[in-house]
This record gives sequence, C-alpha cells and structure tokens, in this order.
Amino acid sequence: MKILVAVKQVAALDEDFKIRADGRDIDADYLIRDLNEWDDFSLEEAMRIKEAANTPGDIEVVAVSVGPASVDESLRKCLAKGADRALRVWDDAIEYSDPIAIARVLAAVTMREAPDMLFAGVQSSDHSFASTGIATAAFLNWPHAAVVNMLNYTPGAKTAVLRRELEGGLLQELELQCPAVLTIQLGINTPRYASLRSIKQAAAKPIEMLSLADLHLVANDVGESGSSSRVRRMYLPEKGRAQLIEGDVATKARRLAEIIKEFRGQT
Amino acid sequence: MSIILVIAEQRRGELRPVSLELLGAAQTLRREGDEVVVAIIAQEPQRFNKLLSVAGVDEIINVVGAMEFAPDSFESVVSGIISERKPELVLVAHSVDSFGYVAALAVHHPMGFASDVFKAEYVAGKLVATRGGYGQKVCVELDFPNRKSVLLAIRANVFKAPDPSSTPRLSIFAMPAVQNRSTAREFIELSAADDVDMTSAEFILTVGRGIGEEARVPEFRKLADLVGATLGCSRPIADAGWLPKSRQVGQSGKTASACKLYLAMGVSGAIQHLAGMKHVSTIVAVNTDAEASIFSVAKYGIVGDLFEIAEELRRHF
Ligand SMILES: Cc1cc2nc3c(=O)[nH]c(=O)nc-3n(C[C@H](O)[C@H](O)[C@H](O)COP(=O)(O)OP(=O)(O)OC[C@H]3O[C@@H](n4cnc5c(N)ncnc54)[C@H](O)[C@@H]3O)c2cc1C
Ligand SMILES: Nc1ncnc2c1ncn2[C@@H]1O[C@H](COP(=O)(O)O)[C@@H](O)[C@H]1O
Repeated sequence: MKILVAVKQVAALDEDFKIRADGRDIDADYLIRDLNEWDDFSLEEAMRIKEAANTPGDIEVVAVSVGPASVDESLRKCLAKGADRALRVWDDAIEYSDPIAIARVLAAVTMREAPDMLFAGVQSSDHSFASTGIATAAFLNWPHAAVVNMLNYTPGAKTAVLRRELEGGLLQELELQCPAVLTIQLGINTPRYASLRSIKQAAAKPIEMLSLADLHLVANDVGESGSSSRVRRMYLPEKGRAQLIEGDVATKARRLAEIIKEFRGQT
Repeated sequence: MSIILVIAEQRRGELRPVSLELLGAAQTLRREGDEVVVAIIAQEPQRFNKLLSVAGVDEIINVVGAMEFAPDSFESVVSGIISERKPELVLVAHSVDSFGYVAALAVHHPMGFASDVFKAEYVAGKLVATRGGYGQKVCVELDFPNRKSVLLAIRANVFKAPDPSSTPRLSIFAMPAVQNRSTAREFIELSAADDVDMTSAEFILTVGRGIGEEARVPEFRKLADLVGATLGCSRPIADAGWLPKSRQVGQSGKTASACKLYLAMGVSGAIQHLAGMKHVSTIVAVNTDAEASIFSVAKYGIVGDLFEIAEELRRHF
C-alpha cells in the first residue's frame, strides 16, 4: 500500500530583490527556497498513518515534486523525515507551467505509482494558488476533499472520514470514497523534525528522476501551451498607507505608548 | 452579447457576503451588451432571489440541490450551466468551498483560469487578472492567450456589493444526476471551548510567528494585560498550541469585529489573517521586514524587533 505526497519547493524574496529583465518574474538569484509549509503537514500525516498501521513495513510513503535540480534539497528533507522514496519530475518544457499544467504532471505520476491516497497541501506559501491538488484529482477523476484538518484513514480502506475546515472556525465532517486526493491544512498535526542522523542518511538516498516521456506526456502538455494562464508581468504593489514611526527603539516605543494611551483616553 | 456567469455561495441557509461582492466584480467587468447571470444552488434556492436582485443582475438561475456543498454535485451543476450558457466570464469566490471544486472545472473546460484574483480589467479587449505572488509581496498580472472564456476565483473583501434594486428574470436549472463520492455528516463549531471573546475586544495585541518560541508567550500575556489589550494570535501560534484556537484572528478563526486598535507584532499579513482584521480603523504593525504586507493595511508601521519594542513599551505603563 502506498501514500503519495506531492511536495512543492516554494520561494521567498530575499531582502533586496530585482524583477527579471523581461518583467515576468523575480530574478532567481534573489529567491530563498524551502519546502512549502503545508507539505510538512501532509508528509507528517502520511507518516502517522504508516506508523499507526499494523504492519507499517507494508506501507510506502512516496514524496513527489515537479521541479528543477534545486528541488532535491526539499525532497531530501522529506526523506530525512521518513519518506521511503522520493521522485522528481523535470524537463525544461515544464518551466512556466501554471497549476493546471503541474496537476497534469502530478496526475501522470499518480497513474504510474497507483497509490491508495494522494496528499497535497491546501496551498503554496509563495503563490497561494490553492488549485493544484484538486486539479490533479480532476485529471485522475478521483474523489477529493479540500482543506482537511482531521483525517481518519486506514490504508487500503474503501472510505475515509475527515473534517474540512470552513471559514470562521466551522468544520464539516464527511465520509469520502478512496482512493482520493486530499488537500491538507496547517495544524492537522505537529510535524516532526528530522534527526541529524536521518538527515545524514537521507543525503545518501537516491532521488528517482522521471522525464515527460516516462509519464507519456509531451512538451505541449506542460509549460505555457499546457497552462490555463500566462504571467504577463510582475510589479511591486504601491507602497501601503502605513505611516512609519521613525527613530531609535525608545522613540518608537514612546510613540506606540502614546497611540495606546490616546485610544484609552488617558492623554 | 456575452454572458458573465456568477456562482453565488450560501452556507446553512445564509447567503455568504462574498456572493454580492462577485456581483460587484461582474458590474465592473460588464461591457456594452453583456448579461450578468447569477446561479444559486441550495435546497430552497428561491429564498435567495430577493437578496440576489441587486443592480446589474439580469437573470437568477435557481438550482434545487443538496442543502450543503458537495464537490461532485457542485462541479457537475456549474459545469452543466457553463456548457449550456457558454459564458465568456465565470466568477466564483476564492473560498473554502471553491477550493474543493473550481480547479476541477478549469481542467474539464477549455477556459482560462486564475485563483485569488483581486483585480481584473480588459486591456485592449483582452482580460487581464491580477493576483499576488511571493507571499503577496509582488503583483502578478495574468492573461489567457487563446482562450475564449475565463474562470476567475475572486478574493473576498475586495469588490463592493452593488445596490439592491433590480428585477432580474428567473430561471431554473435541473440538478444533473450525480453520484456523490462524499457524504456530508455534520457541522462542528469550535466556539464551545472559547476562553475569551475576540469578537467583542476593542483593543487587541496580536502575536505572530515572529515571537519565535513558546517560552516567549507569557511575557506577551503580561504585556497585553499591562496595556489593557486582549491577547490574540495568528494561526501558526494557535496551531502549535501556544495559545488557544479561540484567540486566532483570521479567516478560519475570529473576526476582530468590535476592535478599534489592533497591534500586530511579528505578523506577516497573510491574506487569511487580514480577513479578520483589516477593517480595524487603527492598525499598528511591528515587523523587522519593511516589505511585510501587514504594512499595507496598517495605519502606523514600526520597522523593528518586536522584543526590543515590547521591552521599551513596558516602561510607559
Ligand atoms: C484556508 C486557510 C485559512 C487560514 N486561516 C488563517 C487564520 O484564520 N489566521 C491566520 O493568522 N492565518 C490563517 N491562515 C494561514 C496564513 O496563510 C499564514 O500562514 C499565517 O497567517 C502566517 O502567520 P504569521 O504572520 O504569524 O507567520 P509568518 O508569515 O511566518 O510571519 C512572521 C512575521 O514575523 C516577522 N518577524 C520575525 N521575527 C521578528 C522579530 N523579532 N520582530 C518583529 N517581526 C519579526 C517576519 O518578518 C514575518 O513577517 C490560513 C491559511 C489557509 C490556507
Ligand atoms: N511543482 C510541484 N510539485 C509537486 N507538488 C506541487 C507542485 N506545485 C504544487 N504542488 C502541490 O500543490 C499544493 C498546493 O499548491 P498550489 O495549488 O500551487 O497553491 C502544494 O502544497 C503541493 O502539494
């Protein structure tokens, strides 16, 4: 039995950054990369399901990411936290893919791996599409549920019971047929830290590479031609309306105290 | 003539406010000769017709369906309406329910698609949608080459609801026969365990992940007491169990409804956090990152270390 976990390497802006010459993205030199926060939780959920099973050895947790070589670092993090295998899909044609094109690739990986369950994160912390997981389910024609913050599932079972987290602290409990695609929400568990020893071991583990041809896809299925949108330009938002309180720490704190006291009518 | 199709949202018999905001967005995007058609799926959809009869709405489609959201039936209804009406533009909310089926529509229909859109306009006759990127630090403009129609999931609290005044046509769309692969069981409200009522607090001091570790929480409890504020938090603090969930401000937590002064310390200003507090008239943000998006909603900004500011602040009370 198998749980496939889709993980994304996200990018945050460095303190100083530049928009690329073509105006359509940030210059890659100014990006700081890390595993998407949501994916930490979905990997942990898969690990817990494995560890709670009667025969954990029969359950494989596989992490998959679509991205260039830099993504190996995030996949190694998944291996260090206990994933049994890690897969990476890449081809230069995949650059400029939107969530729909990425989902097409993830669906092809899922067909190849035939897991009992596919986990994705609710959204990615860099571009917050909140689309890739459910689009993948659509390509697979699998049942799906989004924003799952409680899961009761035994590998191989025909149904899972879960809770979707709605707005305003409301939860909805439902029963879902499996195999399914779930998008996992923050806080569903407490992700573990990898031990130094497991980080060392992970460094030596292989990362399996898949090409488009391995997945029976062609270049037109991905990139701009396989996407439902195209980035036209990126620009910096107009500076917000915040009036900056300047000065040394003491001056700033004094002004803050004044604002609070004004509010409390104590001036 | 082309159709702008809007999918309204209801939950437990209440129209969600974002539904009217979508109609506001439709108004701004409507061109000469366009028709705005809004669909509502509910057990008794006609109950919402009056609320949906706002300026600029030409037609309301009632779909008699399940009481609550189910991904399979919603997808097949909206998919069916799209196939029948062939709208050039479809507007849905970027909401939790939408997270559950909208991307699947984009897979099954050859439409352009963008989520969490906060601005949309026609530029030289072509639709351009804007969303955030890199933690909302940049604006990303998207277009949809070679697409005849476009599906946009629109961010809440951006567009204004139109005035209530129209007399739209009414029509009915028959619910297609669907095998739902999920069965809704029950709703669960978290509020039972509240230790404090964030919605009635007038002055809130919120701590975010910038506080770094659990051991620092007590000093901010004390600081909140000292300055007369109610202590709130962002989601990671509640998820980690450092403060109870009832103190979480934001989309999946509480709305700071009565708040007049909101002091955010070490909060980046993610859109889901802003959903619970950006309306507050006086927001003060303390953050080491001058580019943090919390500064875009704050009235006063302090670029600096929250521990240093807190330390100094204490001396004044
Ligand atoms: C469906 C859904 C619902 C959600 N609901 C909510 C919700 O209700 N509420 C909510 O808050 N989030 C919610 N989130 C999560 C949200 O997307 C963000 O992940 C979260 O708000 C980030 O919290 P933060 O700002 O505390 O942390 P971060 O984004 O990590 O920001 C920490 C900030 O602290 C600053 N900082 C660090 N050290 C210091 C220092 N020493 N001094 C000053 N500043 C410092 C950093 O510059 C940074 O800006 C939701 C997400 C989803 C998908
Ligand atoms: N390039 C990728 N490779 C693997 N998984 C991805 C990729 N992009 C997105 N995902 C998955 O989709 C989730 C939500 O991302 P998004 O829809 O992009 O906001 C992530 O948490 C991942 O599980």
